[in-house]
Amino acid sequence: MAPKKTQRPLSPHLSVYKFPLTMMLSMIHRITGAALYFGTALLVWWLIALASGGEAFATVTWFMGTPIGLLIMVGYTWALFHHMVGGIKHFLWDFGKAFELDTVELVAKLATAIPIILTILVWAVGLGMA
Amino acid sequence: MSSTDKSNMRTPLSKVRGLGSAKDGTSHFWRTRLTALANIPLALFFIYFIASVAGKSYEDALAFIGNPFVAVTLLLFIISGVYHMKLGMQMIIEDYVSGEKSKILSLMLNVFFASAVGLACVFSIFKISFGA
Repeated sequence: MAPKKTQRPLSPHLSVYKFPLTMMLSMIHRITGAALYFGTALLVWWLIALASGGEAFATVTWFMGTPIGLLIMVGYTWALFHHMVGGIKHFLWDFGKAFELDTVELVAKLATAIPIILTILVWAVGLGMA
Repeated sequence: MSSTDKSNMRTPLSKVRGLGSAKDGTSHFWRTRLTALANIPLALFFIYFIASVAGKSYEDALAFIGNPFVAVTLLLFIISGVYHMKLGMQMIIEDYVSGEKSKILSLMLNVFFASAVGLACVFSIFKISFGA
């Protein structure tokens, strides 16, 4: 490391760019991946409680029924759908397909909309059954 | 890329092995794709599972996981999913954590977390299924 910092021109950084949808999706793919990672702690809590007995299970069921619990479950479902659809998009790219600019845009729009629609469908049915 | 090219430092053996400087070639890439593909149907089942057990009573939830088809599919999702998320978090750490000590520590914690999540889920499902 040089002791004195020389003033050099910096390359244009994040702030000068417009946020294109494809870039947003790339970031959200990683963020949903990390969220799903830590979200597994909830699955562990739920399964261990179910294996432990009725009292422990009642606590988890209570938490999942609170507005925060429901928000987490709906959010988790959306993150899973989003990461899955994003993954399918990556499979297309792995095979060298869908790289044309207009196709990329179309796929990006679909990859944004489909997970939201699927999440609403699942919870409309899921909460309807409960 | 002929052997007479003096600018190429790679030995013929390293080129043939194709394992690169990290010594594991494309295995991380390949395993990410392998588990990702497996996760598509398994995660769809998992979403069905979440929506089905939401608001179920203790007895009903026990009975649902007690079904061998549900238990085995859930186990497959957990194994494939936990491995996939370990690979993904490893990539995130390698991208963003630059200090050597903190990087190695984070990579270790990643393995510990994924192992603990995986084992806790598998153990619980076994215990519920075998009714102990």
